Amino acid sequence: MRHSKRRSAAAAVAATALVLAGCSGGGDGDEVTLTYATWSDDQKPAMEAIAEAFEADHPDVDVEVQVLPWPEYWSTLQVGAAGRTAPDAFWMLADQFPAYAEGGQLLDIADAVADADVDLSAYPESVMDLYDTGDALYGLPKDFDTNAVWFNKALFDAAGVAYPDDTWTWEDARAAAQELTDADAGVWGIAAPIDRQGGYYNSIYQAGGQVIGDDGKAAIDTPEAVAGIEFWTRMQADGSSPTLQQLSDTEAVQMFMDGKVAMYFSGSFWAQRLYGDEALRPNVGVAPLPMGEQRASMISGILNAGYAGSEHPEELAEFLIFASGEEAARLQGESGAVLPAYDGTQQTWLDAMPEFDLQVFVDAVEYSVPLPIAGNAAEWTGLETEYLAPAWNGEQTAAEAAAAYNAAIDEVLAE
Amino acid sequence: MTARTAPPPARRRRAGGLGPSPWWGYAMIAPAFIGLAALYLWPFLKTFAKSFMDTPAFGPGTWTGLDNYTDLLGDGDFWQAFGNSGIYTAILLLGVPIATVLAALIQQISRGRAVYRVLYFLPVVTLPVAISMVWRFIYNGDFGLLNWVLSLFGVQGQYWVADDAYAIYAIGVVGIWMSLGVNLIILGAGLQSIPPELYEASSMDGAGRVRQFFKITLPLLSPSVFLVTVLTVISALQMFDLVFVMLRSVDNTALDGSKTIVYLFYEKAFVQFDQGYGAAIAVVLLLVIMLATVLQFRLQRRWVFYD
Repeated sequence: MRHSKRRSAAAAVAATALVLAGCSGGGDGDEVTLTYATWSDDQKPAMEAIAEAFEADHPDVDVEVQVLPWPEYWSTLQVGAAGRTAPDAFWMLADQFPAYAEGGQLLDIADAVADADVDLSAYPESVMDLYDTGDALYGLPKDFDTNAVWFNKALFDAAGVAYPDDTWTWEDARAAAQELTDADAGVWGIAAPIDRQGGYYNSIYQAGGQVIGDDGKAAIDTPEAVAGIEFWTRMQADGSSPTLQQLSDTEAVQMFMDGKVAMYFSGSFWAQRLYGDEALRPNVGVAPLPMGEQRASMISGILNAGYAGSEHPEELAEFLIFASGEEAARLQGESGAVLPAYDGTQQTWLDAMPEFDLQVFVDAVEYSVPLPIAGNAAEWTGLETEYLAPAWNGEQTAAEAAAAYNAAIDEVLAE
Repeated sequence: MTARTAPPPARRRRAGGLGPSPWWGYAMIAPAFIGLAALYLWPFLKTFAKSFMDTPAFGPGTWTGLDNYTDLLGDGDFWQAFGNSGIYTAILLLGVPIATVLAALIQQISRGRAVYRVLYFLPVVTLPVAISMVWRFIYNGDFGLLNWVLSLFGVQGQYWVADDAYAIYAIGVVGIWMSLGVNLIILGAGLQSIPPELYEASSMDGAGRVRQFFKITLPLLSPSVFLVTVLTVISALQMFDLVFVMLRSVDNTALDGSKTIVYLFYEKAFVQFDQGYGAAIAVVLLLVIMLATVLQFRLQRRWVFYD
């Protein structure tokens, strides 16, 4: 009796061990499974096409695309990396990048890239700058986004205002926003939220200012930077934009899609969504951001990065190079989901949405500025609303709010 | 979790009643205990240890003693989040009498009682994202349902979830609505155990419905009400999801002034990579919840009636 009990217990343990081994081993023999974590359902078809194309070249590798919901993406990745269970390949953003790179969580693919003769000049320099760490190379850019003016032609026509074009200055934009605003009809000329990537960072650099100075300290209180912020606070003061509260209730992009705002300064990443709305599609126009002292557009881009703790570093490096390579870039561009980073493949994206003048976004690369990142960027960007909202609401001048925010950024950077 | 019910009175058995030796008993509970230890006790100890460390985003931290805690006490955001969680908890406590009265009313219904239970329970099993979309529409400052109704009475509406002066209260109302389902189940079960003879006898003596509610229902239901109150405080102090789904849209400026204590924890630990500070917040929250629960168990002697 005793014996049989022991034996069955042993059998149970053995069975459990088998099940566990089955989970991690991945079935038959020497097949390698790589997981590839992303956060976009829109891009899932393109990512799966890329995985299939890679598998065709590498029959022994199986790439599994995982789509995590955006609100959970970073906490899942962070916990996974700390618990040694992170996906092999994943999308990385510039503001999260330093923590992972400095924490030793990313796979250095510099040697593999050199062996594979990858032409690094095929990627926009300003995007490469975002992920520059000196000697190591922690991945390659997958796509990029620049900013422009999305405008509603029907609202411009109704108000008899000429469409924005590449001759536009700040003053033209401000005057047009005022003319387009029709309070009775519930229409505003422009959406002016506190939006760093699509909004005030661009105007700060257009005015010749900087967010983080060359000395690594905050520079948002300089006269140029303040002028860049005033571009937006004036729009609010003019009544040309919905208030911050209204933009809190209904996001700016939604206001634009509902025909409530005539202009929305934002990124190329909205193209597919705006294009997908067939009623809206014929009314959507694109123009370069208006000129300040100079042209400038924030540029950002996703990096295909790998986990340093991956069990298959060689295959992973090959996959990362492939996923950011020319063939993968074409697959992405054709899907219309994003503007691929690889030089010469952008035309595929433009061709996917011929009714939109998307060339504007590609042209913006020339005068693009990498999204400013320094220190614990997540912490100081998190303070932006607290310090800048009073300027947007008219409770403080732009200079006062900028000075206070500048001090707060420096305090975080000094930690 | 706190004890839901008082432990049963210990009954002494004859020695040896459970078998030859006690190790067998421990072996029996070992699977459950090991599971709990691995999933709860170990993370708890790690969290506790981390709260005394300065932690980089990845890798081991360095001991800094009480630094995280002293920083916490001087952090305005922490006190504000504490205040918001307190307000939210107070609002949810208002939901307890509402649930008690509703439970008593539903009990009076002779037909279709289940329909009401299901209706009140639906929010509990609905996706939070769907709930937040519906409530964001109701609370919308320009074209929301609530402001439209208010305008019929000539009342000027507000930007309920876009203004940090109102957002936590608006979320509290959603919280009450969401918690009703579970509370009604617990209180409904408590009502079932009240002998119907008491109501028959009292109505013969001329007691009305209201008098019956206060003199019979409430005292006999008080253990269930107490349980619901304790659970409400515990869960309300831990509220995170409603802030996350209702205020965390891209451009929302009301979020800053409306963070709750667990939201702040999430932000510090998972957005800003400061796990040590986050751990300190979690430990303080644990102490507060323990304190609140102990206090309630002390106070229950004055008003909870066990027969």
